[in-house]
Amino acid sequence: MKPGQEWIDLEPERYEFRALPMHQFALARRDFVKLFGAGLAVFAVVKNAAAMQETAPAPRGFHPEELPKEIGAWLHIGEDGKVTGFVGKAEIGQNVRTSLAQTLADELCVPFDSVQMVLGDTALTPFDAGTFGSRSTPTMTPQLRKMAAAARGLLKEKAAQQWNVSAEKLVAANGKITDPANGRSLRYAELAKEELGHQTPPAKDPVKPANEWTIAGQPLPKTDARSFVTGGHRYTTDLCPEGMLYGKVLRPPSLGATLVSYDDSAAKAMKDVVVVRDGDFIGAAAPTVAAVQAALAKVHAQWKGVPQISDKDIFSYLKNSAEPSKDERFRKAKGSVTDGLAAAAHKLETSYTVAYIAHAPLEPRAAVAQWNANKLTVWMGTQRPFAVRDDLADIFHVPEKDVRVIVPDTGSAYGGKHTSDAGLEAARIARATSGRPVKLVWTREEEFTWAYFRPAGVIEIKSGIGADGKLTAWEFHNYHSGMSAIETPYDVANQLIQYHQVPLVLRCGSYRGLAATANHFARETHMDSLAYDAGMDPLQFRLANLSDARMRTVLETGAKAFGWPRQKTDDGQGFGVAIGTEKGSYVATFAEIQVDAKTKAIRVKKLVEVFECGAIVNPDGLRNQVVGAMIQGLGGALFEAIHFENGHITNAHFASYRLPRFRDVPEIEAILLDRKDIPSAGAGETPIMAIAPAICNAYYDATKVRLNSLPLQQS
Amino acid sequence: MAGTLQLEINGRKYSVNYPPDTPLLYVLRDELSLTGSKYGCGEGMCGACTVLLGGTARRSCQILVSAAVARPITTIEGLEKDGALHPVQQAFLDAGAFQCAYCTSGMIMNSVSLLQTNPHPTREQIVQAMQGNLCRCGTHPRIIEAIEKAAGKLPGGAK
Repeated sequence: MKPGQEWIDLEPERYEFRALPMHQFALARRDFVKLFGAGLAVFAVVKNAAAMQETAPAPRGFHPEELPKEIGAWLHIGEDGKVTGFVGKAEIGQNVRTSLAQTLADELCVPFDSVQMVLGDTALTPFDAGTFGSRSTPTMTPQLRKMAAAARGLLKEKAAQQWNVSAEKLVAANGKITDPANGRSLRYAELAKEELGHQTPPAKDPVKPANEWTIAGQPLPKTDARSFVTGGHRYTTDLCPEGMLYGKVLRPPSLGATLVSYDDSAAKAMKDVVVVRDGDFIGAAAPTVAAVQAALAKVHAQWKGVPQISDKDIFSYLKNSAEPSKDERFRKAKGSVTDGLAAAAHKLETSYTVAYIAHAPLEPRAAVAQWNANKLTVWMGTQRPFAVRDDLADIFHVPEKDVRVIVPDTGSAYGGKHTSDAGLEAARIARATSGRPVKLVWTREEEFTWAYFRPAGVIEIKSGIGADGKLTAWEFHNYHSGMSAIETPYDVANQLIQYHQVPLVLRCGSYRGLAATANHFARETHMDSLAYDAGMDPLQFRLANLSDARMRTVLETGAKAFGWPRQKTDDGQGFGVAIGTEKGSYVATFAEIQVDAKTKAIRVKKLVEVFECGAIVNPDGLRNQVVGAMIQGLGGALFEAIHFENGHITNAHFASYRLPRFRDVPEIEAILLDRKDIPSAGAGETPIMAIAPAICNAYYDATKVRLNSLPLQQS
Repeated sequence: MAGTLQLEINGRKYSVNYPPDTPLLYVLRDELSLTGSKYGCGEGMCGACTVLLGGTARRSCQILVSAAVARPITTIEGLEKDGALHPVQQAFLDAGAFQCAYCTSGMIMNSVSLLQTNPHPTREQIVQAMQGNLCRCGTHPRIIEAIEKAAGKLPGGAK
């Protein structure tokens, strides 16, 4: 099974996981026998992690399906008392470097500032499928706690042996084991000298419950925050190893175009320029950006385009091109929708559309690649360093152990940095530069054109309610956009819910929340319409159809904070609500908007959002993520859409692809419910998904006009 | 053609050999290793490359290096003095006004420029001044909070 396969099964809209790498170089050989490292080099004590990175120990291979069981693979205690955690996740602005360090410090009982995390480095960290799916917190915090608790227990035992007392009587705190009977203590660093690293945790995990956390659960500031306000932090795009050249790719004039003829003699004649052609790939490297741009300008290439579907036809294409599937994973059914509709007092049938949108991370896709004979190192802003390593090993026909991918803390991703594109390109060009590293940074236009998008979709819903306002039937079809949050949280006995796959038009894949935003937009605006049909308040209508206690609590908390139901004080004012649950967390969003009487332009005045994701690891970081998702959600709700015509993205610039800016940001109230009795869920995605339907419902409240397409304000 | 250009950046003099039509951003980043100024779009639409040129916020991707000669340039690296953060840097730090932080240098430089000309901006004036700077992570409310915190703390900006 390929890493990440389970996610394709659960979330088929991760189209990029299934796709072949963007480039299939001629030197690729797919029959390469994969080698996994034979043993684990484990050190209980290292001087410090920085030194360890410099000396670059032999890469430690991990079998993809299994996480290493040895404590030493996950944490080290240094001679100076510094603790280093090793996790294969990537820091992309979601603050996981801080929350994981908090978790490790908390469970190991060491000061927070004694912990540093090594993240996303295929040579140093355990295998990780990738930073996606809101999985870092629910999977990695228990994993780190398990390892830290085991280490703590072993340290107690060591001290107990030394003092000839019972380990149960000893206390771990502040990086020391103390004997309360007489106050004597031993530092972890002294105890850890004897190897603990190869030990595996006992079956019973004595991890701390959330109500005993002292460092986790606190609003600690972002690790290394100072380096971000001084400009000192080095992103991939800032790296400049000795002898580095700037790389660039000659892109085809349209998506899917193939190379017909080509002449690079003028470019090759330029001083210090390397030109690489491999199949349809043309790239170059030179000592400056200007020189590589000049070189590619001198390459004469003729391309042949292929006719393609344009945005004006996309929704009819998606609706009419579904691939028949008997795949049971794509279909959820119970009861009889026919019977449910027959019993309904009111019926409603509606169709919704959702446009392609772009991630537009402010740091574009970028990589630095360096070959040393047949060994390759790639620094890259990616959410999936191990998958990138596998692609590089495959494509360049080298063993995985000879490829190292390192992820510098990255200028955001939002699900957009799952593929190996920039890394493959930089590494291919660097194959021809005699060991000199090559940096390749996509331009903004390349970002908007050659990356992948959140898929467009068509959603059709047929529903019925009884005279009492209870749902009797629910039929839901999603074409192309995906399955995340496709199931309804409402109580309805008769359901048919189906996802329909459609052959791709534009390259697309994961995006923050995946299809949860599209499915919530359709479901929650449809529910709103039903509420009006039933003559009920939209909030009361939802509560009448909802038995999930966590969902009800979130909704009722939000209603109180927002003051629902509110009286209108202005013409054009509207109030809307939307709710949902996904990936183990719950959200309720309330919107107040103002609609311009003449232009119908929407001004979002206020958003109140209640979010509950179990026990909160860092309330400050969580608040940043929740508010950030709310603001990002405004873009897809109101105005973001990729426009395309016959293989050309026609708005591939910030001037023509509108993102939320300061003036778009309303008054925001984010209410975080901390449930220490519930394991922590991830929080990066769910807070985005109810923004669009809440605004859309407010628009109906203001105008009595129902909008059925995202973005709501078509340009 | 490349010629020697004299630049004054963060109080230091530099001689660079670069084609005069090169955007200042590339000279800062690629020649002088001042990588705090970021490439976000190369079109002056995101503000990640903002520097002070003659004391005013400018998009360094839109300024030709030849046009920056003989005018003092301040980049994010030049704000810190003797190990002490500039009040705007400190305010961003205190407010946790970043997530991925790729936009942060540009946000700070633009804020410094705003507060130099208007030490006590209204909320509306802050929004107006920051409208050209993109934060894709959605940290806008904290950025506004940081600017308000820093207001009045700048040298010469006291009430």
